[in-house]
Amino acid sequence: MSDVHVVEPILVMKNVSKSFGAVVALADGSIELYPGEAHALLGENGAGKSTLVKIIAGVYQADGGVYTYDGKARNFRGPHDSQEAGIAVIYQEPTLFDDLNVAENIYLGRQPLTIGRTINRREMRRQARVIFEQLGVDIDPNRKAKGLSVADQQMVEIAKALSKDARVVVMDEPTAALSPEEVKRLFTVVANLRERGVAILFISHRLEEVFEICQRVTIMRDGAFVRTDLIGDLTIDQIVRSMVGRELGLLFPKTDIAEGNEVLRVERLTREGTFYDISFSVHAGEIVGLSGLVGSGRTEVARAIFGVDKYDVGAVYINGEKLKGGSPLRAMHAGIGFVPEDRRQQGLVMDYGIDHNVALASLRKLSRGLFLFRWAEDKLAADWAVRLHLKYGRLSDEANTLSGGNQQKVVLAKWLAGQPKLIIVDEPTRGIDVGTKSEVHRIIDELAQSGVAVLMISSELPEVLGMADRVLVMREGRLAATINRSDATQESVMMAATGQV
Amino acid sequence: MSVVNELSLSQPMKTHRVAEALSRARELAILVVILVIFAGTTIKSHDFAHVTSIQQLFTNGSLFLLLAVGETMVIVTRNVDLSVGSTLGISAFLVGDYFTHNAHPSLVLAFVIGLGVGAFCGAVIGFIVTVTKVPSLVVSLAALYIIRGILNIIGLGVQIEPTAIPLSFQKIGFETWAGLPWIFIIPVVVTLVVAFSMRSFRPMRELYAIGSNPAAAQLAGVPVARRVFTAFVISGTLAGLGGVLFLSEFATVNATAGSGYELLVIASCVIGGVAIFGGSGTVIGAALGAILLQIINQALVVVNVSPFWDSALAGALILVTVSFDRLLSNRASLALRLKDSAARGK
Amino acid sequence: MPLVGNNTSTTSPDETLLSAEKQHWSFSGRSLFRWESALVLFFVFDLVYGGTSSPDFFSRNTIFFAGINFGLIAIMALPEMLIITTGEIDLSVAAMLGLACSSFGYLFEHHVEVFLAMFLTLCVGAVGGALNGFLVTQLGLPSIAVTIGTLTMFRGLAEVILGTNEVSGFGGPWTDAGTNAIPGTPFAWAFGIFVVLALIYGAVLHFTSTGRSIFAIGLQEEAAFFSGIRVKRIKFNLYLISGIVCAFVGLLYTYETNTARYDAGTGLELNVVAIVLFGGISIFGGRGTMLGVFLSVIVVGIFDQILSNNNVSSQEQSIVFGVLLLASVILPNAGRGYRAVRKRIGSKWPRSQSLNENAAAISDL
Repeated sequence: MSDVHVVEPILVMKNVSKSFGAVVALADGSIELYPGEAHALLGENGAGKSTLVKIIAGVYQADGGVYTYDGKARNFRGPHDSQEAGIAVIYQEPTLFDDLNVAENIYLGRQPLTIGRTINRREMRRQARVIFEQLGVDIDPNRKAKGLSVADQQMVEIAKALSKDARVVVMDEPTAALSPEEVKRLFTVVANLRERGVAILFISHRLEEVFEICQRVTIMRDGAFVRTDLIGDLTIDQIVRSMVGRELGLLFPKTDIAEGNEVLRVERLTREGTFYDISFSVHAGEIVGLSGLVGSGRTEVARAIFGVDKYDVGAVYINGEKLKGGSPLRAMHAGIGFVPEDRRQQGLVMDYGIDHNVALASLRKLSRGLFLFRWAEDKLAADWAVRLHLKYGRLSDEANTLSGGNQQKVVLAKWLAGQPKLIIVDEPTRGIDVGTKSEVHRIIDELAQSGVAVLMISSELPEVLGMADRVLVMREGRLAATINRSDATQESVMMAATGQV
Repeated sequence: MSVVNELSLSQPMKTHRVAEALSRARELAILVVILVIFAGTTIKSHDFAHVTSIQQLFTNGSLFLLLAVGETMVIVTRNVDLSVGSTLGISAFLVGDYFTHNAHPSLVLAFVIGLGVGAFCGAVIGFIVTVTKVPSLVVSLAALYIIRGILNIIGLGVQIEPTAIPLSFQKIGFETWAGLPWIFIIPVVVTLVVAFSMRSFRPMRELYAIGSNPAAAQLAGVPVARRVFTAFVISGTLAGLGGVLFLSEFATVNATAGSGYELLVIASCVIGGVAIFGGSGTVIGAALGAILLQIINQALVVVNVSPFWDSALAGALILVTVSFDRLLSNRASLALRLKDSAARGK
Repeated sequence: MPLVGNNTSTTSPDETLLSAEKQHWSFSGRSLFRWESALVLFFVFDLVYGGTSSPDFFSRNTIFFAGINFGLIAIMALPEMLIITTGEIDLSVAAMLGLACSSFGYLFEHHVEVFLAMFLTLCVGAVGGALNGFLVTQLGLPSIAVTIGTLTMFRGLAEVILGTNEVSGFGGPWTDAGTNAIPGTPFAWAFGIFVVLALIYGAVLHFTSTGRSIFAIGLQEEAAFFSGIRVKRIKFNLYLISGIVCAFVGLLYTYETNTARYDAGTGLELNVVAIVLFGGISIFGGRGTMLGVFLSVIVVGIFDQILSNNNVSSQEQSIVFGVLLLASVILPNAGRGYRAVRKRIGSKWPRSQSLNENAAAISDL
């Protein structure tokens, strides 16, 4: 990659800073992007990555430092300016317009015009098709964006970037919600972009991916630049240490304990069009991993067990007693807790206090007669905050003031307060920084030790392999394999998940 | 694996086309219902198709048509304008006041006054909504009261007499061209112009983008505030035009002119397929919705059903259309799910 | 649970203590900017303005007439408050009043025994409320569209039942409840009923698990559902109760005016919504207090009365009302802006930063 450095960098940030009131979000942001490179930006949550990206995109304006793009000093006044200049940012949250069709999503505000200054729809569709062909994806430019898979939404975003001849493409955790095949497709596109001389800034929590597609890496910590290196010069260990600034304990601590009684038994559970004929059981003290590609029906099975969705055929038993489906409340009373996939939408009431959130699943129990008083909620929340080592300001603080990891602890506290027999955790560490991740793992492990049955869904194979006593693998809505801890390896699970047994 | 991928990509497309065709069929469906009611009542009573009866229908419907067109633009941006009735009232009054105090009034100036008053009201609401970020439901609700109150104060003791309104102006209300009254032609032309521009001009397309995903619109560099502001100004202007036409039709105004219109206007939009939370719906649909609400009223009279049933039926119609919309989209998503899995199962 | 007593604790007891102290400090700081405080100021303004504009202001009459003129809207504001707090809206309240009025008038005219007629009228309310609830919760339709539909339909049915007839001559002991004060007090019955209901509603909203659920639904419905809250059932019940309460108000209205007409209370729905919003209930749901709505009723009720005493027409009062409504949504925002500015200035003295504000700013990034 040494030849890359012969050319001038397209984008340079040097000692860029940004504060909000007294809070310094970015103390020293520095990065250099060269045309044709894929550059990883790594750091824990709160390290200042998002702020840096938002300054690049013109959403925020830097307080100090130098921001040079294409040889000129810049201070973009808004996202519009940076887009004009050729910078495209693909945000984590989808930014498409559901009600507009795909072609219009790509060309909004830049639609090709006829002589009469009206929009030339045919030309717009044709151009969109050309771009999709270049990307090697098959999306109908005429369909509405509503209902597109996350992967296809990203492809539309990338098509948007291409259509603007973007010279810098920033991708903020693009692979978080993708299946391995979709990741593969994305990486092909990234390689494709590099060949055209586009500089790519790639943000991800998955270090394996960084090693796969990036040439250089910049690491940030506590709002400041730490180092930039060629990826080949670093090991995963070195990267993690630079990110965290301290040694990490074991990431996946699973204590072996003897399994107890059967807590959950699922028999021939079927929801038409989603999953079919799912049977398995989970015992007290056991952690069962539910693995498979995104879209294989893992989350849907969990939702059905918890009563969020209805199922058509089959039965769920808790401690041998049949659980009637279709109601989270009944599932709760039967002793199930559910830490859902989407923490911000489903796990927490983000604008509600920590105390209210912790108490939310125990309202009845906290009531004295007809009434419920705040001190009862506070007591419960304070208790759990200590037990789970929650970092917070005040118990009445809204959940959205917490970091991702601490938010997840609040969700866990909410369910643990109900003393569940079975807890289902869906992607328990998604979007959580490395440090807090191991804390969440320890909490889950301690739960199992205390005799709770745990069903864990995760897209991170190392997590599943490290934590689970048994791994169930789903493929296309069916249970493809059950693999014991001793036999479970990355290869065996992936083979089952992709059907190459 | 790639086969799986292609299948899962291509399958939802078809379902989607069906859904899209259905949404386009919305305008057609309302049109058919209107024609059926029209034909049915004509068979029952041959007078109904008589020119004057149609004219009456058009005259009554035209004001709502105008307001519904403006309201659609606002609702599409995920906002709502409850002040249209009050704006119509104050515009009608001020134009009448102009006629009363000028011996030789100019018709052009009358229109300018009416439209200007409307645009001003819309601009104030749009300004408050975009600057303070206060929900438009609340702002326009407040505006409804304030504008109506101002109308009452300036209207205290002022009587707008039909004699003061020039005949040339009143002619807009009853004179026809090719069998159609001017008071109908003007709103229809406005509807068509707005419908065309909402399909074909970049800034108007951005209104849909804003309603569909406001945060994303901001990130995409859409000048959200300016567009929303413009939508309110146009809605206000059309309400102002409604006031001018109101005056030409009735030749008199009192302080209650246009009161209570706001909810009927929103109802027209809902019937016409405008999504109440923004992002989709067409002006033509809303306009047809307004006409449908009016024709029911007229038809009842003719078929000898007590006119008391009018609003009960209108209410039922609103409920049926929104329910029907939801059932259709539920079925579409179920079909999508099943087809998706069928594709995967292969 | 063995989760207790892990020795790698990061939140020491001292820290917890510290945060409790902070909580106390900032609570008083925060409450200065509460909307309720502004409403109290409005109330004081009411008294000063009323006292200076009319020598008879501080009399039983003012209180009685304010109660009788405003009591009905006030009562309807209570169920509306809960519905708006869940993030929905009910625009059919006044139409339900009219439908109840018509139904009761019709039954009375046909010599149905009064108690039975009242009971049937309340049943009509329940059915109407249940219809709203069904469409909103079971079909998942937007409540604003649904209740515009039922508004039109209820009013239409009222018209079908009674036409342009006007039923009057109800008489009996109930007339007393409609037109007189509660014996020994200057309060109209309608106002008394409002106060009692407000106490109940306030208790439900702030001191029961149902109230917590209502707030949670308004803030984030999906998360509430995933926490085992029966979102649909709660919303359905709120609409059902709203229907019954509004039908009850319809009965009060009938006795207050001693007539039953189909157009009773036309257009009041927006007044009801406005009162609730002026009380500080967020139109997006999830925020607001019973105290705020109570104060809002008192402030606006008395103000209306002052203007009426001064012969200001009710139409002109609507300007004042509109301005107040705007103020109620803009001022708290301005307060937030002021806090933000203060925070920025205060940044020179880092001590004034509470942990919370830091955290909030960081999570915004």
